[in-house]
Amino acid sequence: MENTIDKDYKTKRHFYQRRNSADWVWGLANIVGVVYALSQYHMLMDGYEKVIIVCTGLVLIGFGWVWQTIRLFVTGVALVSLFAVSRYGVTIDLGKTDFFLKYMLASQSAIMWMSALYVMATATYFFDLLTNKPFSGAVATSLTWAATGMGFVGLLVRWRESYLIDFEIGHIPVSNLYEVFILFSIITALIYLRYEQRYNTRSMGGFVLTVISAAVAFLLWYTVERQADIIQPLVPALNSYWMKIHVPANFIGYGSFSLAAMVGLVFLLKGKMEAVAPKAFLTQRLPELTLLDDVMYRAIALGFAFFTLATILGALWAAEAWGGYWSWDPKETWALIVWLNYAAWLHMRLTKGWHGTPMAWWSIVGFFVTLFAFLGVNMFLSGLHSYGGL
Amino acid sequence: MSVSVNSSFRSLSLTALLIRFLGSMNLAITLLVAVAIASIIGTVLQQNQPYPDYVIKFGPFWFEVFKSLDLFDVYSSVWFLVILGFLVISTTVCIFRNTPRVLKDIRDYKESAQLNALRRMSHGHEWQSHFSPDICVERISAVAQAKGYRLVVKSEAKQLIVAAKKGSGSRLGYIFTHIAIVIICIGGLIDGNVPLKIAEMTDKIQVETRNIPASQVPLVSTLPIDNLSFRGTVTIPEGQKANLAFIDFKDGYLVQRLPFLIAVEDFRIDYYKTGQPKSFASDLIIYDKELEAPLHKTISVNHPLEHRGYTIYQSSFGDGGSELRIKLWPLKGANRSDEIRAVVNTPFALSLEKTEMTLEILDFRPINVNPDITGVKKFKNIGPRFQYKLRAATGEATEFINYMMPVEKDGAKYYLTGLRHTPAEDFRYWYLPADSEDGVDRFMRFLALLNDETRLKKIALSALPKQAESFLPMAEDQELVAQFMVGLINQFVNGGVGLISAKVKAAVAPDKQQEISSLYAKVLHHFLRNVYWVVLQEEELDPALGLSEFDERFYEDAVAAVSISHQYDVPVYLDLIGFDHKEATGLQVTRSPGKMLVFPGCLLLVVGVFCMFYLPQRRFWVIVSGSQDNTQLFLAAQEGRNPYEFEQEYSALENALLLQLGTERTD
Repeated sequence: MENTIDKDYKTKRHFYQRRNSADWVWGLANIVGVVYALSQYHMLMDGYEKVIIVCTGLVLIGFGWVWQTIRLFVTGVALVSLFAVSRYGVTIDLGKTDFFLKYMLASQSAIMWMSALYVMATATYFFDLLTNKPFSGAVATSLTWAATGMGFVGLLVRWRESYLIDFEIGHIPVSNLYEVFILFSIITALIYLRYEQRYNTRSMGGFVLTVISAAVAFLLWYTVERQADIIQPLVPALNSYWMKIHVPANFIGYGSFSLAAMVGLVFLLKGKMEAVAPKAFLTQRLPELTLLDDVMYRAIALGFAFFTLATILGALWAAEAWGGYWSWDPKETWALIVWLNYAAWLHMRLTKGWHGTPMAWWSIVGFFVTLFAFLGVNMFLSGLHSYGGL
Repeated sequence: MSVSVNSSFRSLSLTALLIRFLGSMNLAITLLVAVAIASIIGTVLQQNQPYPDYVIKFGPFWFEVFKSLDLFDVYSSVWFLVILGFLVISTTVCIFRNTPRVLKDIRDYKESAQLNALRRMSHGHEWQSHFSPDICVERISAVAQAKGYRLVVKSEAKQLIVAAKKGSGSRLGYIFTHIAIVIICIGGLIDGNVPLKIAEMTDKIQVETRNIPASQVPLVSTLPIDNLSFRGTVTIPEGQKANLAFIDFKDGYLVQRLPFLIAVEDFRIDYYKTGQPKSFASDLIIYDKELEAPLHKTISVNHPLEHRGYTIYQSSFGDGGSELRIKLWPLKGANRSDEIRAVVNTPFALSLEKTEMTLEILDFRPINVNPDITGVKKFKNIGPRFQYKLRAATGEATEFINYMMPVEKDGAKYYLTGLRHTPAEDFRYWYLPADSEDGVDRFMRFLALLNDETRLKKIALSALPKQAESFLPMAEDQELVAQFMVGLINQFVNGGVGLISAKVKAAVAPDKQQEISSLYAKVLHHFLRNVYWVVLQEEELDPALGLSEFDERFYEDAVAAVSISHQYDVPVYLDLIGFDHKEATGLQVTRSPGKMLVFPGCLLLVVGVFCMFYLPQRRFWVIVSGSQDNTQLFLAAQEGRNPYEFEQEYSALENALLLQLGTERTD
């Protein structure tokens, strides 16, 4: 008895020693994937892009080690995307005739599935919140996973499609407002799913998914009204490896801040309801205030870290493309404003110990500041970031 | 309470008070907010536009107010830099005040914590174990290490204190981020235009506002080669060289000398198959005494050239003095077309029949990709275009934009010429129908004929219906009718249908106006048609055989174009017939030594931020007391900034310890 206990706590010492065989399989699978991609497409990549793909592999390995659910997800997305790509072969035309592509996996179809699934997931989360049926909760979560998966498949297939349309047009689909809205939706959902699992609560789901549904509504309008889904060639300024890291990092920031705002909203709602009707069913259903406060802090911390990284990557890119790391371009300036806002938020929380209601309000205000930096700047202010325009 | 605050203030020296103020969180937050608000102003109010634009927008009063507040250049205004400076000072003070404490905290295990203090902590647990104190300590160490803690054990008279901590990263992160901010701001200030600002205020330099060649710019507006930091631009035509750059400053510019010569061999734009530009590239040669051989390098967007701490970017392009072959079509008077050769950006004296004008060609673009109006493709190249101004002797100028090729619209082709009187307006376009040879000749002959009264009268006389001779036997009467018809045409050419109906309204009783107007319209069209027949006959076509669909459509378009021709209020149409294209590349030349600070500062910031959030500091203490088989254990921990997260961490720790050290609880 004593020995087994000893063994148990002594073998758990190091991070690498704690890896089980599944972890190593996961690592190996990713390495194989990266090596295969490099061997197939190295002639299309410059040195920086090779570094980026290797780092992506490493990040995925680490991500899969700390969050096991994501392995299944990544594997699924990879297999489905590969299947779609194999259906395409070498011509874009099959997208209109092949059954699987036309109805499911061509990027536009996948994105329509994503849109529908997110809206369904939002409704199901609210249904679950109001009824508390274990089954409905599980359905909501599954729908969100499925939607996110379709979003990723849509983007990955779109990446391939851009090359199929014309080799010289091919580029990673994070280059215009249409594509980044998809990115925003799936990143926000992924962050949410992580918190849902970690904190073991689904009652924030409907609120967070509302933001995603709003993004989906915009996406649909943008597709129908402006044909924004058509793949366009890159403008010369965007033709850089920096785009591959700057844009996703930025959207981890935007996604986290949006999530924090919605959690802030739930916090205020819960606070209000506790004051008015502490015994009410809905009051009981919403997560406890300390949990909400914690999620809010974690989301803002995560967003802030990645937003800092993204802004810095943007500055480095600007130094290479625009002739200076900082030009006080409206987008840059608003990024700074967003950054300053959350820096102040974090200072208040970490050094002054502010908690609760004022911080919840602040995170909601922060969302609007972020929204303006993301959309408002492109709509109302002119500047160097004009390719993000409506 | 207030008394004690006052007394504590009195006991502080002025310096200490100042330091306390500068390092205070309230000041820091205030400054953050101030920077944010100033930044917002700078994005809402467009920065660094020409001063006249602001005067138009805000009026002279507010223009002066805004100008005195430096609102047109917020980010290099004195007050903004002062706020940034204060932010740097405040952060620096904060670092100096807190770093020793933080470092001490990182090193310190706080193993001398008093039992009473530990008991007051938010989390604690007391239990007994049947293991001896030594084994207990050993097992606590094992659990702690497995969970990533480091620890010290302190023996006291009756007890052992195990003090464990982990995640000092967050504390280091605090130091890193704040140092990084200071470094980045200092780097940024070096690269900002503070030195220029000072030089300008002390009158060491003067802004040049005149449009003169760089060689004539006085020394007081020229910056020396040893200027450490600047951002300038220079446009160099293909085949030419430059050793300077222009820095936009206030309402003018300054000239920056460079220690090397940049020669441009070639500038290229590559296009996608769809017609949008794919890349902009320039082939440069750098001549530098410090180089053994001239440096050849091609730069493009996202791929600048670095040379001796200077960076040269592809930033724009323009015309480098293309020569255009232009046919002049007079819009009034004779049907005579001259051909001229004019160079972009070089004024050209135009002598027209009655007036002298100056032609200033502003820009020429051989390829113009526009949204496709026919909707077949998304974009379409609609061919070369040039932009020019016609300046009258009085100095007044009208701006035009003309296309070399006809544009297709609703199945017919048109030459587009746009006109505007001020840059604030949009161009208004005049659609000239293209003839069967894709030229403007037929339309111009039609228009010239409509302006030629002698010939018009002849046509009018021959156009009178045969029956007319029966009721207008007199030649004078026929003459009068012809005169009237010519007059009608005249009104139509000089004022369109609007002028004719205005005249009718002025001369005819209201109840007859309708009737007269429709009669006039009939006569006008009958006559216009006859004039058009003459034009066709000149092309050796026989209109009597019936008009082709093309000629019929052309007629309608031509009449429509003539009816608004009076709005095109210059006497000449410029028809581009050939060009010798010469491009110029727009380069940005920068020197920013501050980035040697800014980039490492950024790295430190990212590392610091991630440390701060993802390596939270945790501590716990276990007091082990008692004898061989009756050991008393007391676990204590203090919750940190994430109560929820801490709760989980703490309960995992407590469970692990209970599992390892027996579960006989005493509480």
